[in-house]
Amino acid sequence: MREAKSSDSRNSDQYHWKRVTRPHRHLTTATEVKRVIDLFGGDRSRLLDIAEAVQHRFGSISDEAVKALADGLGMHAVEVEDMVSFYAFLDREPRGRFRVRLSKTPISLMKGAGDVARAFESALAISIGSTTPDGKFTLEWTSDIGMADQEPAALINRMVLTELTPADVPDIIASLRHRSNKGDEPPFPLHPVDGSMLPKAVVKPSLVKAGPLLSGPLGRDDGLRAALSMEPGEVVAVITASKLRGRGGAGFPTGMKWRLTAKAVGSDHYVVCNADEGEPGTFKDRVLLSEFPDLVIDGMTVAGYALGAKHGLIYLRGEYAYLWDMLQDVLANRRSAGLLGTNILGRKGFDFDIRIQLGAGAYICGEESSLLESLEGKRGTPRDRPPFPTERGYLHQPTAIDNVETFACAARILAQGAAWFSGLGTAESTGTKLMSVAGDCSRPGVYEVPFGITVNELLDMVGAPDAAFVQIGGPSGQSVAPKDFGRRIAYEDLSTGGSTMIFGPTRDILDIALQFAAFFVDESCGWCAPCRVGTTLLKQGMEKIVAGRATLDDLKATEALGHTVARMSRCGLGQMAPNPILSTMRNFPELYEARLSPEPFSPRVSLEDALRAAVLIQGRASVPEEA
Amino acid sequence: MAAEPIRFTIDDVEITALEGQSIIEACDAAGIYIPRLCHHPELEPSGNCRVCTCKVNGRNSATCVTPAAHGMSIENNTKELNDDRRMIIEMLFVEGNHPCPYCVASGNCELQALGYRLGMQAPKEVYQWPDRGIDATHPDIYLDHDRCILCSRCIRASRMEDGKTVFGFSGRGITMRLNIDATGGLGETQMAAIDKAARVCPVACIVIKRDSYRVPNGQRRFDLAPIGSDIEARRKQVKS
Ligand SMILES: Cc1cc2nc3c(=O)[nH]c(=O)nc-3n(C[C@H](O)[C@H](O)[C@H](O)COP(=O)(O)O)c2cc1C
Ligand code: SF4
Ligand code: SF4
Ligand code: SF4
Ligand code: FES
Repeated sequence: MREAKSSDSRNSDQYHWKRVTRPHRHLTTATEVKRVIDLFGGDRSRLLDIAEAVQHRFGSISDEAVKALADGLGMHAVEVEDMVSFYAFLDREPRGRFRVRLSKTPISLMKGAGDVARAFESALAISIGSTTPDGKFTLEWTSDIGMADQEPAALINRMVLTELTPADVPDIIASLRHRSNKGDEPPFPLHPVDGSMLPKAVVKPSLVKAGPLLSGPLGRDDGLRAALSMEPGEVVAVITASKLRGRGGAGFPTGMKWRLTAKAVGSDHYVVCNADEGEPGTFKDRVLLSEFPDLVIDGMTVAGYALGAKHGLIYLRGEYAYLWDMLQDVLANRRSAGLLGTNILGRKGFDFDIRIQLGAGAYICGEESSLLESLEGKRGTPRDRPPFPTERGYLHQPTAIDNVETFACAARILAQGAAWFSGLGTAESTGTKLMSVAGDCSRPGVYEVPFGITVNELLDMVGAPDAAFVQIGGPSGQSVAPKDFGRRIAYEDLSTGGSTMIFGPTRDILDIALQFAAFFVDESCGWCAPCRVGTTLLKQGMEKIVAGRATLDDLKATEALGHTVARMSRCGLGQMAPNPILSTMRNFPELYEARLSPEPFSPRVSLEDALRAAVLIQGRASVPEEA
Repeated sequence: MAAEPIRFTIDDVEITALEGQSIIEACDAAGIYIPRLCHHPELEPSGNCRVCTCKVNGRNSATCVTPAAHGMSIENNTKELNDDRRMIIEMLFVEGNHPCPYCVASGNCELQALGYRLGMQAPKEVYQWPDRGIDATHPDIYLDHDRCILCSRCIRASRMEDGKTVFGFSGRGITMRLNIDATGGLGETQMAAIDKAARVCPVACIVIKRDSYRVPNGQRRFDLAPIGSDIEARRKQVKS
């Protein structure tokens, strides 16, 4: 038996945050850290959970805590730090007790996030990025938090606040101050229950239009029961016959993935649900997890049976921590109903259970191999392939990683039959797609549409008669211009994970491309040179363009750099990071031309800026040349 | 049972590889030079720099981390690939501070040598002017972080060869840094000047004190022959 499995026991599966939260005031950092480590069986592959728990207890991971973690786990401090310093939601320095993270996306800014930010700044008398002197509040921006249909949105610790206006801010602050003034300080993370008294601490249901996948009677174990009437191999055959393709963006045939995983040799097989949903503009996985959790877990259990896996893992993005308790309840209910655990539905030897791994603020962890690294308690650096996860995945064992929506489809395919599914959509893209729609439209939300629908049809459906461009597939996807609105949503045409951001005629397309470029700077993992450095250089090139200071040569250089980054980067993030720039250059060349500087050369830095350091040292300014 | 021979072609030259070899290892043995920076023949490959990228069966792949497979068709010495490689070298130049003319590594430095080999002129990209500091706490070694290209060689060498794990990364993206296993500088770690980790840095980030000018400028490794010549010399032997 593998060591690592010991911690997959019930004890830490059902591990409840509150157990670590109750401060033991008399205990030292080292003792507390040791207690947390013991909760996870001293298993270093659980370092992400362990670090989250330490952060949760102390508000940051101090040098002392790093040392205690290293000692307790038999690691070097530099290894602990390597991991901890990677994640946006883990801090090495103490920050405010209440962590206000405002979602910064083109859509949130369109909907007034800038004003909300200023309201927070003035109510707290600090600027964004800093902490109040009393240590109560830290205010900062964060990448898209999966609430594009209800922006401006924010996270305060683990709570989500939506549709914020500047007028809400004083009440929010007052209410948080009131809490922290009561004798017993609240734990660092605020839970949804704690938040119920806060204004705007609600996430609206986002499903606007259900289609065949999400309507009709949906029993919580329909897929599983159908699967159990077959041999595992037949289940894979049904998925293959349905021609289901992965819904996370890449569109790999799911049947093939399952077949490869099932036949790969290993001591264990794993089923992983990718619920990292980090692509800006998408929130359909949040809808599935919050409104149809049983369907998703039914699909995972089907996969467990088909692949002979005993363990399932859900990698839930840190931004969705507010779903934690609810999802744990769903898992617990399924265990008591015999739908998870041992001898499931009375089938001797069919054992399968699921653990939820909470992420910690890293878009790259949605990339399947980074996700595995993160699940193993390491920094989220992608792996080089081969080997593929189907062969060597989680803990080096064969692993099938699928998107949340893919599992929901799998459950329905088993229940309704492959023919039902392949009868929907197009030849290459069977079934339906959940589209997350937001931006300049009157009815944002999640729409279940058949594959093959045109962009125009979708725009009609959501109330966006005057779209000037649509970003399909998030920043990693494509900027679609009106001349292409006749194109179809399908793997054979516009392939997408579902993010659909609509921008009206008054929006500054180049500025939006710049914001997307900045997103990739924040989210590059840094492992490989072309993406680590290239994303920054692309952003700087785009800044110069947007400021109207770029020459034709600058424009060409930025384009060439974009192609190099796309060709040479190690993983999909870097390979797609130049897309917003390159696709707007292709589709809107006239906008770029209009911003060009008339001069043949324009320096990036002004002479004064370049000389600033020298001026400081010399203590006098340079004498300007006579004109 | 004898394994099937692995044969593939690179720029129309046929190569035979051993089971388990990466493309770059097989090509090195055969005397075909693929430009590379983070790869070191005595360390596990890590795929940080992407300079060794070739077109493998029409797809760009880093050859230090791609196993050789039978029937592969590889493009290496093409204008497009060399242009992209040069651009990566240029990115690394502007990411750090690299004043070659007065750098201790000049002539021994692999970054500089690749710049020459790939025909880099003065970088056109924007200098980032980092200020990451120098660590001189160790009696025999100093670290000039502004030269570090984050190739991970020292990390791999310290962990796998020296068994010390003196180095690691911290942060992510453009703020990623080389980090050491002590809060008070390299002097507090187990690092010794005879460690493998002290001998693999391709640039002048990890520098052995009092050793830098043993070989004068002008007579150093890449002053005498371009980077990759040693590998290409093997090809002449293989052919004759
Ligand atoms: C940078 C990057 C981020 C990704 N983020 C996600 C994500 O948040 N959710 C997801 O399901 N897939 C994401 N993917 C795709 C996954 O790597 C993988 O293809 C997917 O989880 C496979 O599941 P599927 O076949 O069901 O689509 C991402 C890929 C890249 C390159
Ligand atoms: S492309 Fe970017 S995200 Fe991917 S490995 Fe390289 S640095 Fe990391
Ligand atoms: S490390 Fe190499 S590239 Fe950098 S300054 Fe020194 S010689 Fe030049
Ligand atoms: S110190 Fe040298 S060997 Fe280590 S990562 Fe930096 S450049 Fe590479
Ligand atoms: S040498 Fe292969 S990636 Fe650096």
